[in-house]
Amino acid sequence: MNHIAPGRNAGVYSYDDIDRRFVAERVEQFRAQVERRLSGELTEDEFKPLRLMNGLYLQLHAYMLRIAVPYGVLTARQLRKLAEIGRKYDKGYGHFTTRQNLQFNWIKLEDTPAILHELAEVDMHALQTSGNCVRNVTTDQFVGAARDEVVDGRVYAEILRQWTTLHPEFTFLPRKFKIAIMGSDADRAAIRVHDVGVFAKRNERGEVGFTFYVGGGLGRSPFIGKLIRDWVPEEDFVAYLEAILRVYNQYGRRDNIYKARIKILVHELGQEKFTQEVEEEFARLRGPKYRLAPEVVDEIRRRFGGPAYETLTDEPESFQAAKSANPDFARWVAVNVLAHKVPGYAAATISLKPAGGIPGDATSEQMELIADLADAHSFGELRVSHAQNLVLAHVRQDELFTLWTALEANGLGTPNAGLIGDIIACPGLDYCALANARSIPLAQAISARFADPARQQLIGELGIKISGCINACGHHHVGAIGILGVDKKGEEFYQITVGGDPTLTTAIGDILGPAVTADETVDAIEAIVEVYLSNRHDGERFIDTLKRVGHGPFKERVYAAH
Amino acid sequence: MALSDKSRNEAVLKAITANRLRDGEVIFLAPGPGLGWVERLDAAALFEDAAAAETALAAAKTKAEGEQFAVDVYAFDLRVVDGQRVPVKTRERIRALGPTVRIDLGKQAAA
Repeated sequence: MNHIAPGRNAGVYSYDDIDRRFVAERVEQFRAQVERRLSGELTEDEFKPLRLMNGLYLQLHAYMLRIAVPYGVLTARQLRKLAEIGRKYDKGYGHFTTRQNLQFNWIKLEDTPAILHELAEVDMHALQTSGNCVRNVTTDQFVGAARDEVVDGRVYAEILRQWTTLHPEFTFLPRKFKIAIMGSDADRAAIRVHDVGVFAKRNERGEVGFTFYVGGGLGRSPFIGKLIRDWVPEEDFVAYLEAILRVYNQYGRRDNIYKARIKILVHELGQEKFTQEVEEEFARLRGPKYRLAPEVVDEIRRRFGGPAYETLTDEPESFQAAKSANPDFARWVAVNVLAHKVPGYAAATISLKPAGGIPGDATSEQMELIADLADAHSFGELRVSHAQNLVLAHVRQDELFTLWTALEANGLGTPNAGLIGDIIACPGLDYCALANARSIPLAQAISARFADPARQQLIGELGIKISGCINACGHHHVGAIGILGVDKKGEEFYQITVGGDPTLTTAIGDILGPAVTADETVDAIEAIVEVYLSNRHDGERFIDTLKRVGHGPFKERVYAAH
Repeated sequence: MALSDKSRNEAVLKAITANRLRDGEVIFLAPGPGLGWVERLDAAALFEDAAAAETALAAAKTKAEGEQFAVDVYAFDLRVVDGQRVPVKTRERIRALGPTVRIDLGKQAAA
């Protein structure tokens, strides 16, 4: 088995023999479980929790396998393996999810042990992607690269992965548990709508500490996470999270699935009482056993390696000349490229949202092309964003034009990151057994309506998020425009919300009015955009205009014909 | 985006569906006493009588579970419209055909 050496695939945690042995053992355990199920030794009721512990769901058309991409970071080699699995065991494509994972929609149960074995060959697995456990910890897709970063969240996300995977207290939680970490002043990971949201920061002495928000979440009952501790020293990071999870494990409801998430516990106990319980538990736990030693942090950090950056300067001449000569390239740079912490480099978003396309889907051929581009331009490393795009995080600015040319030639150069065409959408009723309505066709219709890149840029930052049911995998509650699919007597309708915000100024969107049909929804989005453009002040984002003028003008225009 | 649902006047019938254990394929209970399964709704057993459907459902569940052949066995409503079997609910129409956004995939691809 090849070892992913730091430096060769910079920024990706390198497994050691213990990691590999553990993953290999889990594959063999599941292989035996599948055999026992197929032979009848296990009933479906007995087998279901076991397959869910390995990321295997039963969906509308087949089994769905959700593969973990820890904190959204993977190597080109790993992406090639995903492409190969897609071609060999699925139907030649995969779907990147809103939790930075990848899922295949046409998997056979009898193939799953072989798939997991192949994943293990590249240090991948499907653990913690399902079930009532601590799920894949998510973070900023620009982690380790963003110019505004204060602390590298990957290190702490990896510490949590190691701490939670086999933790006996966290294997049968009341419900699933989602943690997100940000390490900069901006919020690109929707921190306050997670069960636990963590901001990693530094004090005036440069020491690392963490701010904890608890009890956020979307779904049937959306809540914004409450601040329970502004500063937890690095050495207490694990102890404090352990305290939160112990309080949840002790008081969280197991009698009602709709009231089992920690957000309900925090809401019912109240922020003050919940915080008191956590602090009391933390006081009991604090000590050598739970102390996160600096040498442990340093070792984890070391195993991420680091890109061998060259000494460069920002805005090299060739980059400026390419932008001047090619307006389409200049637009892509303006929209899809982010400043890097190292001069002369940039982070590029590869949009998986072509106009009229399926958000988050990538064919095996596209994955292989992107893997090649990651090798050529970004130290063999990639990221999956929670917005269902891919990111090459360390591209030399003087190589951006070459990168864009290759992307553009293969339909991957759409300049819409963060714009109206960059729609987050869950798989919806086209694939999902829980959905009430389709999400993807609506996303396709809206992105086709707003296909013109110049118009998208003119409209500016405007996130549309679509969920096919109240479980809110499409994050509709925090969309500037959110769309929720509902079933009305067997027909699909869509409820529109406005004013949601997943960033530091977190807000849950307000329902604009009665649900409308799919076709009416596309027209409604157009009407909302028109009202915004006719009312906005210079430099004002959609949500700013909405706050200033209120819902009235939008509601009036959308429902004018009703 | 609208899926075909031409008539609400046709009689509502029932069919029985499941997923095949080994591969997850959507299957339908076949006509006849053998309680076999077919992959296409066109070939499925239809029940005009709800009680008969319930009886068949119970027997199909017992047999499918006993033989480790199928999981998630349940009955659903459909109508016959212009000779075509059309499930009442969008969910079942999509299950019987495949994703509406990838008509090259699923049962519809082989139609």
